[in-house]
Amino acid sequence: MSRRKTERLLSLVVCLLSTRRFLTAEQIRQAVAGYPEQPEAFKRMFERDKEELRELGIPLETGSLSPLDGEDIGYRVQQQAYELPELRLEADEAAVLGIAARVWRHAELAGAAAGALLKLRAAGIDTDHPDAGADVRQGIEPRVHTAEPAFGPLWEAVRDRRPVTFAYRAAGRSEPQTRELEPWGVVNRHGRWYVAGRDRGRDAARVFRLSRIEGDVRFAGPSGSVIVPAGTDVREVVRTWDSVPPRENTAVLRVRPGAGYGLRRYATGPADADASPDLSAPSSSAPSSSAPSTSAGAPSAPSSPAGTGGWDTISVPYSDVGWFADHVASFGADVVVADPPDLRDAVIRKLKGVLA
Amino acid sequence: MSRRGKTPGGPGGPGVSERPRGQAATSAERLQRLLALVPYIVSRKAVGLADTAAAFGLSERELVDDLNLLWCVELRNPDPYCPIDLSYEGGEIVVSQAETIGRPLRLAVDEASALLVALRMLADVPGLEDRSALSRLIVKLETAAGEAARPSAQVAVQVDKPAGDQAIARIRDALDRKRRVHLQYYVPGRDEATQRDVDPMRLLVVEGRTYLEGWCRRADGVRLFRLDRVLGIDVLEIPATVPEDAQPVDVDRGLFRPSAEDVHVTIEVSAAGRWVAEYYPCESVEELADGRLRIGLRTPDTRWVRRLALRLGEDGRVIAPDDLRALIRDDATAALSAYASA
Repeated sequence: MSRRKTERLLSLVVCLLSTRRFLTAEQIRQAVAGYPEQPEAFKRMFERDKEELRELGIPLETGSLSPLDGEDIGYRVQQQAYELPELRLEADEAAVLGIAARVWRHAELAGAAAGALLKLRAAGIDTDHPDAGADVRQGIEPRVHTAEPAFGPLWEAVRDRRPVTFAYRAAGRSEPQTRELEPWGVVNRHGRWYVAGRDRGRDAARVFRLSRIEGDVRFAGPSGSVIVPAGTDVREVVRTWDSVPPRENTAVLRVRPGAGYGLRRYATGPADADASPDLSAPSSSAPSSSAPSTSAGAPSAPSSPAGTGGWDTISVPYSDVGWFADHVASFGADVVVADPPDLRDAVIRKLKGVLA
Repeated sequence: MSRRGKTPGGPGGPGVSERPRGQAATSAERLQRLLALVPYIVSRKAVGLADTAAAFGLSERELVDDLNLLWCVELRNPDPYCPIDLSYEGGEIVVSQAETIGRPLRLAVDEASALLVALRMLADVPGLEDRSALSRLIVKLETAAGEAARPSAQVAVQVDKPAGDQAIARIRDALDRKRRVHLQYYVPGRDEATQRDVDPMRLLVVEGRTYLEGWCRRADGVRLFRLDRVLGIDVLEIPATVPEDAQPVDVDRGLFRPSAEDVHVTIEVSAAGRWVAEYYPCESVEELADGRLRIGLRTPDTRWVRRLALRLGEDGRVIAPDDLRALIRDDATAALSAYASA
């Protein structure tokens, strides 16, 4: 970091903002302290400075000077394009803003969120208001994580409308495949990031899970070359792709008393008193991701001893035999499939696989 | 315009050092900060050095150095002229002339997106009370950001709706009135419906899921309860008493922190079992041939691993520890014998 460079850049910003007319590079060199006399050295430094201002989002305008001036190109920054428009927030709005700015903490857009908050504070907004609303008082803390390294480049691609290419390992595949995608958007669903877009190889809309992208995401075309079809709702694209097929089958299960809560919750048929009928079906076909230590409290009293009392018989709807068999198998000796036979066979195969 | 007379020794009066201090920020980052600092002071008319330093995450010396730098800015053409004038005598900063940088720079696309995506996600958070403030704020920010707001529509974070709004309403009520709750809570790793009394602390929304954080009286510690696993909840007319030394979970460091006493488990999965590495917090993931993985993880309670092994069948194999392998074989044998006798 050089203080002289910061001073020069700051003077350059002020200089470009104070002019209505376009200024030539030479006029700028004379007004802003710190540029070298030597023309080539000045040109290189000025080019780099312009690039830095653009990267900060300063709307540097390039325009033609009047033909009477010797040079063709001039520069300026229009005050109106530079300034954040007037923005007044009520206390409750500012409080919500404070919650929102924390959402990305330590995630990919954390720096951007902090930068935004800084500008809003600079506009006179105070986010930590003493009489904040109930949500702040009660400590609502929403967080999004972006553990997937592909998030950064894919967000840039979506933002700049650039096609990308990456290696993708679809579920259950032993080898990754190269895909070329025109990205339409990135969506977080059940805590996982997805990218939706047009797969060029398949000439169709596709959804990819970011955690299954291997290696680098590379740009495969210039900015602005992706056209998102009108009316595309990326949330909807991902939701449709990820949705559970209708549960058209029904399993009859025998469940040991005091066990099988993960199945009893979704029972439609004769269920015991513990089941809660108002609980909706799980929203994902994914296995319930029991985070191992979510509530790793002291071990509870053991559930009802095996083999005592009569078993309960419940009916549970399901869609896919393979997935449901895996789920039932995870309950071990506590749940036995009575019907249908294909589900029963699939569970037995699964359990034999454990011993294979 | 001619150069205004400025006090020698800088805007803070004599005796204040103008020497720059070593800073980690790049010139561009510092420029960004300076362009925010001027309007920050201007919009508040006068601010204290200490408060401002805190707001920008700087030491007072760093802030003073920034102020001196601003004060020193000079344009030379046609006449030498200092566009910014300020003073911080007596610890109070006043900007008397800010020229063209008196307002903050517009929001960049990334900045507008970070806030708007987060706000739209908040709109999904179950039981949020300040919904009207939220929608008003979204409109205001969209307007202020203008064009820069547009790409934010292409990023979305969806929050799962936990079953039953009743649970949320009761938790909010308990948080508001600082009451203890009684939970019937499903622990899938052990396939148990547990009963416990909890003193609520916060409502967390992490990775699209909503959690109640509270002091669990049964475990005598801070625990997280995923709302979609709450089978039943009652607000008790007992004041919540969270111990003063209760440490809230650091949500930024991950919800699941392995501890040294945990059991270390090694599992090998086939290509069909690779999802395990995506679903569980793993300590290590090693690629083997044919898309197979060797996964290392730590857990205080291996019961869920036994259930996972049954779910995986031949697509997964617990390699270590040995006693866990033996238990899994027993589990599978017992389950198969239930079919043999059925």
